[in-house]
Amino acid sequence: MDFVIAALVGCFVALGVYLLLSRSLIRMLLGLVVLGNGVNLLIFTAGRLTREAAPIVPAGLEHPAGPIANPLPQALILTAIVIGFSMFSFLLVLAYRAYQTLDADNTDNMRVAEPDDAPNPPLSY
Amino acid sequence: MQATPVLPGDWVIVLPLVLALMTAAVLVMLREAARVGFVLALLAVGAIVASEVALLLRVLESGPVSMTMGNWLPPFGISFTADLFGAGFALAAALVTIIVLVYAEAERSGRDGKDGFHALVLLLLAGVTGSFLTGDLFNLYVWFEVMLIASFGLMVMGGGAARLDGAVKYGFLNFLATSLFLLSLGLLYGLLGTLNMADILRAAPSANPAAMTGVASLLLLAFGMKAAAFPVNAWLPASYHTPPAVISALLAGLLTKVGVYALLRALVAILPGSRDVLEPVLASIAIATLVIAPLGAIAETNLRRAIGFVVIGGIGAVLAGIALPSQSGVAGAGAYIFHAILTMTALYLVAGLVERGTGQMDSRRMGGLYAASAPLSILFLVLVLAAAGVPPFLGFWPKLLLLEAGLGAGGWRGGLLVGALVVNAVLTLIAGSRLWAHIFWRAAPGAFPENPVAVGNGEWRLRYGAAGLLVGAIAAAGLWPNFLFEVAITGAADILNPARYVAAVGLAGGTP
Repeated sequence: MDFVIAALVGCFVALGVYLLLSRSLIRMLLGLVVLGNGVNLLIFTAGRLTREAAPIVPAGLEHPAGPIANPLPQALILTAIVIGFSMFSFLLVLAYRAYQTLDADNTDNMRVAEPDDAPNPPLSY
Repeated sequence: MQATPVLPGDWVIVLPLVLALMTAAVLVMLREAARVGFVLALLAVGAIVASEVALLLRVLESGPVSMTMGNWLPPFGISFTADLFGAGFALAAALVTIIVLVYAEAERSGRDGKDGFHALVLLLLAGVTGSFLTGDLFNLYVWFEVMLIASFGLMVMGGGAARLDGAVKYGFLNFLATSLFLLSLGLLYGLLGTLNMADILRAAPSANPAAMTGVASLLLLAFGMKAAAFPVNAWLPASYHTPPAVISALLAGLLTKVGVYALLRALVAILPGSRDVLEPVLASIAIATLVIAPLGAIAETNLRRAIGFVVIGGIGAVLAGIALPSQSGVAGAGAYIFHAILTMTALYLVAGLVERGTGQMDSRRMGGLYAASAPLSILFLVLVLAAAGVPPFLGFWPKLLLLEAGLGAGGWRGGLLVGALVVNAVLTLIAGSRLWAHIFWRAAPGAFPENPVAVGNGEWRLRYGAAGLLVGAIAAAGLWPNFLFEVAITGAADILNPARYVAAVGLAGGTP
């Protein structure tokens, strides 16, 4: 099972990198999301996949009765998903505003901050 | 389960974070009242400075301090651990924030606080302080994101085509860098089963060395992007000149320094075994960054973009210290981070004054500012000399330590790094002094309006005073560097020999 998930992580990361290499902002954004999900899956796999019960302590006991699944990767991923989603929403709004203001979704046309026809450096002292 | 509760004195580690986060929350609620926001933010940062001075003195006296919350023994609970470097940089960040708040108040006079500027500044400070003080790698990721979200907000506040354009590049590349950081965290967790920095030190030697080197190189890429090291620095000159000067100053002073500090901590303190393999790579990156960045500054006509390249050159100096992991090399890197936090912020603040005085961002169309304001020319010149590392000012001492480390290391690598440091100083000096000559010395170009801003009114004096205070601090720290030396060398000893750090977290003895 680990190998299947590991291969899936590889596919996600490859797809994410492929989409990030494109010129369109929206495709790059989708690439970041796919990459982020690949990373989350990787953390999940790194915590070892088992078929054990959820890590919940039954009433009246100090610790769980039998073997349990590793709760830490789930906590890590939960944090990473929340943060990743907030970043995604921000970048989505930013891309939309950039589209409205700069009239460009293609990064080749986004040259306001770094003008294409930059002047020569001053040659005098 | 941990039997003894956390000592009341240990709360001083998280006090700056609590203050920053709580005040930010209150400031969001008080958005309607701009004056109150300013006063409250100033009081909060003042209290943060006081608590960080207390923390620094305590660390100086008794070694690293650690605190794990929630009565969970460390490797499980999240630890906050402050050593001399972390506490010192956090203090420098808070000091710089006070100056920036005062400067911004003058610039923003007459505007309401509805854009949440003060809340975002405090959130940014919370993220930076948290990154400096945390003892857990996943927690570091979280503070990175706090910092990133706050800096996004500051970057796009107010809108405008150039700012949105810069923010897109800044946002995408920094988000990619944190994703890569998270990727390496996942691999590290899979290899070692722990993310507590002190616990990693214990577990790392028994792990597969090839896999650990892979993780370390991913960390190098991720933190290198954050720090704007040479091949992955494109986002910095694309974005740092687009917001108002005061926001550029805050970002330049804090963000890249956090990235390079994390790199120092990860590669020198936590994974020293993998660092040995990566040293040729680190040295090449350091040399390339040191030499190429100031060339960018020479080729640039936009004043603040040129300063952006100077900021990148400073990152190269810290990388040189990481590539030379001797006592003086690490001490030099630490002292350079401290110097860069103050100097790069001050450079952008003074650039803001220059832009205000000339009404211009293009250094080709500036000129004759010397006649309008001679003291401003002195401030700018002092900062150019400090950034290049010319003796009487702060920048000289860390460079001296780095040169000593390079000469001590010997061999090709040490010699090349020494050469690159010297070339960097010369090129930075050329770039800075030429900017100075163009802005202040040369006669004003014909089309240039005589004196667009009345130099000398109250608003001008407040901003002038804030920038002057910071420059004064840089000059004073350069003239009396003993305390800085002491802190840097003790901090470097703790980084290179982390026994005290591990003991503070409480893993060796079992009781914190």
